[in-house]
Amino acid sequence: MSYETLALAAAFIVLGPLVGGLLAGIDRRLTARMQSRQGPPILQPFYDVLKLFEKDTTIVTSLQTLYVWCFLFFMVISGVILYLGGDLLISLFALTVSGIFLVLTAESTNSPYSKIGSARELVLMMAYEPMLIMVPLGFFLVAGSFRAADIAAGDPSQVIQLLGVLIGFLFILTIKLRKSPFDLSSSHHGHQELVKGLTTDITGSDLALVEIGHWYENVILLGWLYLFFAPLGVLWALPIALVLFFAEVLVDNTNARLKWGTTVKASWWVAGLFGVTNLLVLPFI
Amino acid sequence: MLLIAFLIGFPALVALAVAVAPTADLRSQLVRWSAVALAVGSAVLAAAYFRSEPLYFSVGEGLRQLLDLAFMIGGLVVAAVLLFSCRRVKGKEWAIPALIVLQTSLILVAELGPAHPVVENPFYVDGFSLLMVLIIGLVGGLITLYAIRYMRDYHAHANGVADRQPAFFAVVFLFFTAMFGIVLTNHITGLFFFWEITTFCSFWLISYSGTDEAIRNGYRALALNLIGGVCFAAGIVWMTYSPDLRTWELDTLIASGGAVALIPAALIAVAGLTKAAQMPFHSWLLGAMVAPTPVSALLHSSTMVKAGVFILVKLAPVFHGTVPGLLLALIGGVTFLATSLIAINQRNAKLVLAYSTIANLGLIVMCAGVGTTATLWAAILLILFHAVAKALLFLSVGSTEHLIGSRDIEDMEGLVYRQPILAMTLMVGMLGMFLAPFGMLISKYTCFKAFLTVDVFPGGGVLLLVILAFGSAPTLFFWTKWMGKLVAMPRREQPRIGAVPGEESFALLVLTAATYISCVLFPVVDWAFIQPFTHDLMMSGLIPVGDDSTPWETVLMMTLMLGGLFLLPLLFWLRPPKFTPISGYLSGANVAGSASYRGAMGAEREVAARGYYLTTLIDEQRLTRQGVLAAGALTIAMLAGTLA
Repeated sequence: MSYETLALAAAFIVLGPLVGGLLAGIDRRLTARMQSRQGPPILQPFYDVLKLFEKDTTIVTSLQTLYVWCFLFFMVISGVILYLGGDLLISLFALTVSGIFLVLTAESTNSPYSKIGSARELVLMMAYEPMLIMVPLGFFLVAGSFRAADIAAGDPSQVIQLLGVLIGFLFILTIKLRKSPFDLSSSHHGHQELVKGLTTDITGSDLALVEIGHWYENVILLGWLYLFFAPLGVLWALPIALVLFFAEVLVDNTNARLKWGTTVKASWWVAGLFGVTNLLVLPFI
Repeated sequence: MLLIAFLIGFPALVALAVAVAPTADLRSQLVRWSAVALAVGSAVLAAAYFRSEPLYFSVGEGLRQLLDLAFMIGGLVVAAVLLFSCRRVKGKEWAIPALIVLQTSLILVAELGPAHPVVENPFYVDGFSLLMVLIIGLVGGLITLYAIRYMRDYHAHANGVADRQPAFFAVVFLFFTAMFGIVLTNHITGLFFFWEITTFCSFWLISYSGTDEAIRNGYRALALNLIGGVCFAAGIVWMTYSPDLRTWELDTLIASGGAVALIPAALIAVAGLTKAAQMPFHSWLLGAMVAPTPVSALLHSSTMVKAGVFILVKLAPVFHGTVPGLLLALIGGVTFLATSLIAINQRNAKLVLAYSTIANLGLIVMCAGVGTTATLWAAILLILFHAVAKALLFLSVGSTEHLIGSRDIEDMEGLVYRQPILAMTLMVGMLGMFLAPFGMLISKYTCFKAFLTVDVFPGGGVLLLVILAFGSAPTLFFWTKWMGKLVAMPRREQPRIGAVPGEESFALLVLTAATYISCVLFPVVDWAFIQPFTHDLMMSGLIPVGDDSTPWETVLMMTLMLGGLFLLPLLFWLRPPKFTPISGYLSGANVAGSASYRGAMGAEREVAARGYYLTTLIDEQRLTRQGVLAAGALTIAMLAGTLA
C-alpha cells in the first residue's frame, strides 16, 4: 500500500462515478449510432441522475433504502480494495455482497415484476460466479499473488497465458454489464415483459443511488479488464481495455435475449471450456 | 485430568438422574442447571489448558486395565442395546443386526487377542480438542436449554406421540458424554466405544416420535453408521495385529505417518465419512429431519457430524500429500458440489439446512484430505463457524415452525414484519453461512489459496478449486432466495403471531451474538486454539511448515465490511428516511394497502410471485444418483489406494 495506490483508491471514491457516468454516456451514444440514431448527449446519464435526486422518492417498505445503501457501500469497498492494489478475491467477495443487497432491495417489495427481476438477477449471479472466481485464481497461478498491485507488476506475457480466462471473463462481462443477450433481470425498455425488472419499485433518490452504484461497478469491471493487460504499460493497456469494454455494446446490439436456463448452461460451459482448461494447462505454458 | 473425567462422567450421571426424576418440573430444573454446568465445565477446561501444547495423561497400571475392561464391556452393552433395538426391523433392514454382530466380533477379535497393544496415555488435550470441547459444551448447552421449552410445546402440538421426555433428555446427555469422550480420548477402542454411543443416540433420537417414517429413518441412520463402525473396527483389528504398526493410541497412529498408517487411517476415515454424512452415506442426515428440531440442531451443529469431521481433521497429517488423501478430498468435493446444487430444489427449510450442512462438511473433508497448515486452519474455523451459525438457523426455524405452523420457505414470506426477532436471527445465521465478511468466507478464502498449491498429481489442485468455484455459486442462490422471502413485503395483512418464549429467545440471541463475535474474534481463536495445534504438528514434521497468518490488510477490510453491516442498520434505525410509502407496481389499479389490483369487472385480484427452484435445470434424483456413484467409486478407490 503506497501513496500512489492510496491516491488511486481516493480517486476511485471521488471520480469513480464521473468516469462510470461518462462510460455510460458513451455507451448510449455508441448504441444510438449503431442503430442509426443521433443519441443523447454524452453527459445525459448525469442529467438523468441529478433529476432523479430532485424527484419525490416513493417506497414500498422503508427497508428498501437501507438495502440500497448497503449495495452502494459494498460496491465502493470492492472498488477501494481493487484500486488500493489489494486482494482481488476479497474485492470479488465484496462485489458479491453488494449484488446480494440489490437483489434484496427488489425482493423486499411486493411487485411481481420486481421479484421476477430479482430472481433472474440471482440466476445470473449463479451463472457468472464460477467464471468470475476463476479470474483471480488464474492471476494467482501466473503472478503468485491475489494482490492487484502484484498482478499489475507481473509479466507482460500473462495475458497470453490467461487467454482462456480472458475469453471467459469477457463472456460474463456481458452479463455483469446487463447487456443483451443476458439482460434478463432488467430491461432498458419499458414496454418489455419485465417493465424494469429489478428496479421496478425503486424511485427518486434511491434509484439515483442504484445508478451511481452501477457506475462504480463499471469502473471496477474496467479495472479487472485492465489488469489482464496492465504489465504492458498503461499506454497499451488502457486503450485495449476500453476497446474490449465497448465491444460489449456491439454484442448488446447484435443479440436477442436468451432464456435463463440457456444463460446458466452457456456460462457454465464457457467457464468449463475456457476457464478450467486454461487453469489446467497453465503449468505447461 | 479431573476436569476431563468430569466432562465425560458428569453428563452420564445427569442422564441417569434425568431418567428417574420424579416430576417434570424437577427434571426441567435438573436439565437446565446441568446444561449450565457443562458449559462452565468446558470453559474451565479451555481456560486451564489455554494455549498449552498437546498434553497426554497417563494412568496407573490398575486403572489402565480397568479402562480396557470398561471399554470392552461398555462396547458389548452398546451392541446388546442396539441388537435389542433391532426388534422392529423389516425388509432389507435385516442387514442391521448382521452389521452389529460383525462389528462386535471384529472388535472382540482385537480386544481378546493375545497381548493387545498397551495404551500409555488414554486421554489428552490439544488446541483443537479444546475448541471442540467449547463448541460441544456451549453450543450443545444452549441447544439443550432451548429444548426444555421446545419439547413441551412439541408434545402440545404433536398428537399421538408418546411423551418420552425423561428418556429424551437422558439420551441427549449421554450424547454429550460420548462427544466429550471422542474429542478427549487417545485410547482407540475407547474412541470406538464413544463412537458407537453416538450412533445409538442418534438412532434413538431420530426415531423419537415413533411414527413409521421416523423408525425407518432411524434404521437408515443406524445402518449407514454401522457400515462406518465396521470399517472402524476393521481398522482397530489391523492396528492390533499389523507387524509394522501395533498401537492402540491415536497420537502414535498419526505420528507414524506414511504408508504404515494409511490403511487403518483410511478405514477410520470411512467411519468419519459416514458420521459426517458424506456421499455415498449422506442420506441418513436427510432422514434425520423427522426428529424434533433440537435434535436436528444437535446432530448438525455441535455433535454427531462434527465427530466425523473431527476424526478426519485429526487424521489429516497421515493423508497429507498422498493419493488416498486427494481421493478423500475429492469425496468431499463431489459431496459439496452435488448437495449445493440439490439444495436449490428444496422448499422445506429444514431440508435446505440439511443439504447445506452436508455441503459444508464436504468442504471440511476437502480441507482434511489436503492436510496442509492452511487447510487445517480453514477446516477448524469452518467447524466453529458452521456449528454456531447452523445451530442458530435450526433453532430459528424450529421457533418459526411453532409460530407459523409451517417449515415451507414460501410461507415465511414477510417474516421481517411479522416476527422481526426471528427474521433477524435467521438472517444473521444465513449471512454467517455464506456472505463476506462472515466466517465461512474467511475459511473459503483460505481454501482457495491452499488448494492452489496442492501438487499430489498434476491438476489435482485445480480440480479442487473448480469444485469450490462451481459449488459456491449455487450456495449464493439458495440462501439469497430464502433471505428474499424473509424480507418481502407481505402481500396482505398477515395474522399476528405470538412471541418467542423466553428460554428459546435467550438461546437464539446468544447464538446470534456468537455468530457476530466469532467473526470479529477469529484471529483470537486462531491464536488461542489453532496455532498451538498446527504448530505442534509442524514441529514434529507431520505437516509442512506453512504460514497460516492472515494478512492484516485482509483483516482490516473484513472488519470494515463487518462494521458497515452493523453501523448502516444502526444509522438507519436512528434516523429513518422519510419517504412516501406506496404499494408495489402491479401494472394495474392497486387496491389500497395490499398487493391486489382491480381486474376485469372490478374484481379484486391478488398477485403472487414464488421463488425459483430451478427444477428444469437441476434434477435432484439424477444428481443424487450421480453423486453417490462418484463418491462411492472414490471411496473404494481410496481404500484400494492405501494397499498400493
